[in-house]
Amino acid sequence: MTGSARRIWGMMYRHLALYRRSWPRLLELAYWPVLGMCIWGFTASFLTGRLGAGAAVAVSALLGGVLLWEVCLRSQMGMAISFLEELWSRNLGHVFVSPLRPWELVAALIGMSFIRMMLGVTPAITLAWVFYAFNLFALGPVLVLFFMNLMIMGWWVALGVVSLILRHGAGAEPLAWSVLFGLAPFSAVFYPVSVLPASVRPIALALPSAHVFEGMRGILLDGVIQWHHLVWAFGLNAIWLGLATMLFAWQFHQARVRGALLSIGE
Amino acid sequence: MVIVTPIRIKSVVTIRANPEDFVNGQPRFAQSPRIIHAGRQRSSGPPGFSSIGNRLTVPPMNAPSTNVIEVQGLTKRYGDVLAVDDISFFAPAGETIGLLGGNGAGKTTTIAMLLGLLLPTAGSIRVLGHDMRRDRFAALARMNFSSPYVSLPARLTVRENLRVYGHLYNVRHIDQRIARLAEELDLGELLDRPAGQLSAGQKTRVALAKSLINRPELLLLDEPTASLDPDVGDLVRTWLERYRAETGCAILLASHNMAEVERLCSHVLMMKRGRIVDRGSPQDLLDRYGRDDLEEVFLDIARDRRTSRDTGTARQTVPA
Repeated sequence: MTGSARRIWGMMYRHLALYRRSWPRLLELAYWPVLGMCIWGFTASFLTGRLGAGAAVAVSALLGGVLLWEVCLRSQMGMAISFLEELWSRNLGHVFVSPLRPWELVAALIGMSFIRMMLGVTPAITLAWVFYAFNLFALGPVLVLFFMNLMIMGWWVALGVVSLILRHGAGAEPLAWSVLFGLAPFSAVFYPVSVLPASVRPIALALPSAHVFEGMRGILLDGVIQWHHLVWAFGLNAIWLGLATMLFAWQFHQARVRGALLSIGE
Repeated sequence: MVIVTPIRIKSVVTIRANPEDFVNGQPRFAQSPRIIHAGRQRSSGPPGFSSIGNRLTVPPMNAPSTNVIEVQGLTKRYGDVLAVDDISFFAPAGETIGLLGGNGAGKTTTIAMLLGLLLPTAGSIRVLGHDMRRDRFAALARMNFSSPYVSLPARLTVRENLRVYGHLYNVRHIDQRIARLAEELDLGELLDRPAGQLSAGQKTRVALAKSLINRPELLLLDEPTASLDPDVGDLVRTWLERYRAETGCAILLASHNMAEVERLCSHVLMMKRGRIVDRGSPQDLLDRYGRDDLEEVFLDIARDRRTSRDTGTARQTVPA
């Protein structure tokens, strides 16, 4: 293993060792996705029962939206909370004086975000399949591209949150849980972008998530893969990720100028 | 007048020293880049200096330096507050340098800049030959840090914590290294206990083990024996002395335990209001202030209540 790979693994090992002996943390990873799936699954069952088979496709879009949104949400939270774990344990002073490069820290956070997302979303996907007869994998191989885009969106949002924590310290902590919910109305998770007021649509179309959910509905409702939405999603993710990376690099530098790395958890 | 006589240098040039050669008690390194101090210092003088003769001894510009830390004109300003004010010092290999001063004197800020946590407003820092502004990760891999005020993850066991840092410092044969440290620092029974369940003294020993995981060539210690009972404190000091003797490691020690400083440090830098206001070996300082222990010297400087015999003023206890 190269030096970089070992350092990234070292940071991931730190979190894996934590989860290994903290079952409440492990349980929490799956708790909210499963709870959400239960609520929306019962809602879907109720709608299907009342409206008949005609509602089945709409219900599929609803459940697909729930599951894919969890991919984005858990990716973002996984990364931001993994960073906060360092803050809470007052360990950042040791981490930042080790040879760990900032990009290696980010890579380790992304690795943990992926693991946390998989541990959280897999039970919910299984639940949807077993109890509500909704198979997310029916979307086909393109599902992998949807997953990728939503994960990347979660990462750049989390990188923005981490940057704000570097800037404002523990006071910015609540953003780790709340910021993506603020983007949910614009992400067109359960409805098409065309439903939104015209003035808001540009905001929605600037988000990769809106294109992913439009693409998902295209497959579920019309059986068509709308590649242009995927291209937009990847392109927008590249731009936002670049901007978030610049913000992180700038705030990390500023934290070193201000001495914030010494007192970030206080 | 401060005099310079480095040893272990192959060739030297000797020049006369003038008062103008010093800023804040330091040679004008920035202004006189040819003044480079190399080699192990005698214990009777401050880092980079000894008190024999009225000379500055200057090796050629390209002479190899054994200084582990080279700080020149280091300044840190937060808005209107000058936290560290134009300080310069050296730390040669194999020496323990004490960094003393009251609260707010600038010790923590200085250490943070040495660790790359904080960017200086002005001045330069070279650690193990690496410029900390441009090449800090190369230096960080060869140094380490311990402070009771920075924690290790509480839910991880001691062994897991040490493994984490073994990976971060790219230590080979991590488990063997951990076993060795556990034996030397008497941590064997603690290895599989969560770090958060340890007593304060045990945590300090674990933090010390973490700081030694990569066999550092430079060790920055902030109050390494805080919270330790006298027995364990003595064990740790003995271990640090042995580690330094065996490895030639340089140690920068910030401590308020003056007995510890007298025992461990060959040189002491006294800081006040961001400046180095005096320096020398513990014995030099005792002689200069006419005191019996460093604590009294510390109080003299902190309270401006006595003068250094060398300079005649307490506020200006180094040549300026």
